Amino acid sequence: MRRVSARLLLTATTLISSSLLIAATTVPAAAADDLVKMQANAKDVVMPTITYDNQRYSTLSQITPANVGKLQVAWTFSTGVLRGHEGAPLVIGDVMYVHAPFPNTVFALDLNHDGMILWKYEPKQDPNVIPVMCCDTVNRGVAYSDGKIFLHQADTTLVALDAKTGKVVWSVKTGDPGKGETGTGAPMVVKDKVLVGVSGGEFGVRGWVAALSTADGKQIWRAYSEGPDSDILFDPQKTMALGKPVGADSSPKSWEGDQWKIGGGATWGWYSYDPALNLIYYGSGNPSTWNPTQRPGDNRWSMTIFARDVDTGMAKWVYQMTPHDQWDYDGVNEMILADQQIGGQTVPTLVHFDRNGLGYTLNRATGELLVAAKFDPAVNWTTGVDMNKSSPTYGRPAVVNQFAPGANGADVNSKGICPAALGSKDEQPAAYSPDTKLFYVPTNHVCMDYEPFRVSYTAGQPYVGATLAMYPPQGQTNMGNFIAWDATTGKIVWSDPEQFSVWSGALATKGGVIFYGTLEGYLKAVDGKTGKELYKFKTPSGIIGNVMTYEHGGRQYVAVLSGIGGWAGIGLAAGLTDPHAGLGAVGGYAALNNYTALGGTLTVFALPPT
Amino acid sequence: MQRILRAAAGFATVLMLSVGAYAITDGSGDPTAVKSDEGKWVDKEDVPTFKVAPDGTVDWYTYVGFTRYSSECLRCHGPDGMGSSYAPALLESMRHLSYTDFYGIVAGGKKDVSAAQELVMPANGENKNVMCYIDAIYVYLRARADDAIGRGRPDKHAPKPPEFSKAEDQCMG
Repeated sequence: MRRVSARLLLTATTLISSSLLIAATTVPAAAADDLVKMQANAKDVVMPTITYDNQRYSTLSQITPANVGKLQVAWTFSTGVLRGHEGAPLVIGDVMYVHAPFPNTVFALDLNHDGMILWKYEPKQDPNVIPVMCCDTVNRGVAYSDGKIFLHQADTTLVALDAKTGKVVWSVKTGDPGKGETGTGAPMVVKDKVLVGVSGGEFGVRGWVAALSTADGKQIWRAYSEGPDSDILFDPQKTMALGKPVGADSSPKSWEGDQWKIGGGATWGWYSYDPALNLIYYGSGNPSTWNPTQRPGDNRWSMTIFARDVDTGMAKWVYQMTPHDQWDYDGVNEMILADQQIGGQTVPTLVHFDRNGLGYTLNRATGELLVAAKFDPAVNWTTGVDMNKSSPTYGRPAVVNQFAPGANGADVNSKGICPAALGSKDEQPAAYSPDTKLFYVPTNHVCMDYEPFRVSYTAGQPYVGATLAMYPPQGQTNMGNFIAWDATTGKIVWSDPEQFSVWSGALATKGGVIFYGTLEGYLKAVDGKTGKELYKFKTPSGIIGNVMTYEHGGRQYVAVLSGIGGWAGIGLAAGLTDPHAGLGAVGGYAALNNYTALGGTLTVFALPPT
Repeated sequence: MQRILRAAAGFATVLMLSVGAYAITDGSGDPTAVKSDEGKWVDKEDVPTFKVAPDGTVDWYTYVGFTRYSSECLRCHGPDGMGSSYAPALLESMRHLSYTDFYGIVAGGKKDVSAAQELVMPANGENKNVMCYIDAIYVYLRARADDAIGRGRPDKHAPKPPEFSKAEDQCMG
């Protein structure tokens, strides 16, 4: 009996191996399994969000609160580009992939030879795309799968590069820069699909997310933020909003006429993915124009969290955070997936720190709203979100009319609104540590005056229609805070003030050290438990990139791109004025110009060799 | 026109240096307002200019220029014409650009491509949100360049002339 079994087993094994062999030679290995496995290997960083859950948490632990003070610069690399450097490089084995803003250069660097250049890719793009990019020609990074590097260029060309040679494998155009559609976001690969979105909320584009085949770039599905159900991939009965089916035509019904066609809802942020639920998550941006009186209605589905089936694109659930936006509070910030203890139960949560200043905790399987609380005490446009499930305004923020430009009307200057249009937090992603169970959030602490007025729409031209002035909250001088947040209760645990907005993505590590960058150019390391500063180093320019960590040759490295720019470089370069200081006051607050200048550099840190 | 304006600017500079009289000049010469047509002031060369009353009240066009600048230009050129990490400080540029230079760049765009970076300004000739207000934006920046007004929103402004609304409606369509 035993012998027989062994023989049978042997035969079965042989069969399995040979079928695997056949599979390997005829069909490429399933990318999904590879990436799910690869992202769990902390030595590499295979996606712009570090992991699918967007926790930005690394299990590397050589660098600790006890030794981080000894951190040194191991090597540096200039990208040769002056514009704002967002995002972070990837590391796969012995190779690092570094991206740059327009012209969207990509470098492959050899980690075995101090970053020697293995290949460089520099696309030729029409420079006329530059002026249709709102707020600097940034790019937030490249994605990897199946031996290919994916780059979404400024002109919306999605290109697949051979990771070994940098040669173009395929290239497809995903949008039309003539209408103001541009590419700034980082793609994400899930299974055999590469996901990309679009920028252009200030040009009246209609936002979309597209899934293209990693093999050849063919479109598999495309889901718009606004329009008929067939365009937005909604099932009126099965797509849920706050526990109820959305019903037919949920988007067009919330606009006047066909304004949804130029309705904004751009999708320039990050994606996250839950393999067990087979759902991807992302947010949509501001409705166009910035003048709310020109577009009555809830303007769905701008300012919305989407959960979509990754294979079909169909929406499982949605939640609109800021119906009828009046402040430019884009909802594109990252969705962090973490299983947390709430009410004695483990809940599969999604945590999102929105531009509107509210930190949201939802059940990511159902879209149920669990927590919505201010993560900056200065937030004043709302008194909070209605959490009463039987209320007709359930899930909606209660708007304070004094701070609502739409309520005050066009050509009226609404003063003292907090936060400013750049939000209590922008695209710079937060991090989560399952060790401390805290979220680490880079925040902006800036308020504004906002005056909307009439604008006309011309395809490919800015479609804004508001004047705004920005300044820190009255009586305060710090324009940013780096905070620790408990998403189960909606409470700030500690808060480190920063002179300027914190515009760099955070990194949490198992070693217990949390990293982030500042607009002056400091890479900072703080204790995850207390927020105590443990180390800082001034890089060549202001940091709007995201901190990442990897291991090579047995050593843990920390890397960050510096290179001032983006909205931060535009809004804060000359310094903000103080509207409360009275006539004749000059330069109320620090000018970023006095601290930093342009230039893209990667700085890589490590502990001294032992 | 451009040559005449430049000559005028040059002459004014010489005058200022030789006589030492108090005179401010920018890319269009002496900005002193000499006459107004329906609240729209011009200098002695008939170039649009600002008028700031002793109590700080600005003319309507300077005020509208502030709001339209902040909506259409700030996104690249930074608040109050101060420049940014992305585009130059216009209050510096205005010190050497004539009205005609300014108009041409705004309508036709500008490319400044070097090995280090590619600066590209779009052509706004078809953009009503800019072109319907180009004189107001010019006047505002001229006032900023000449230090006639400070940073931020002007506190007080002259009332909206009835002609302005009519012209605005016609232009914006």
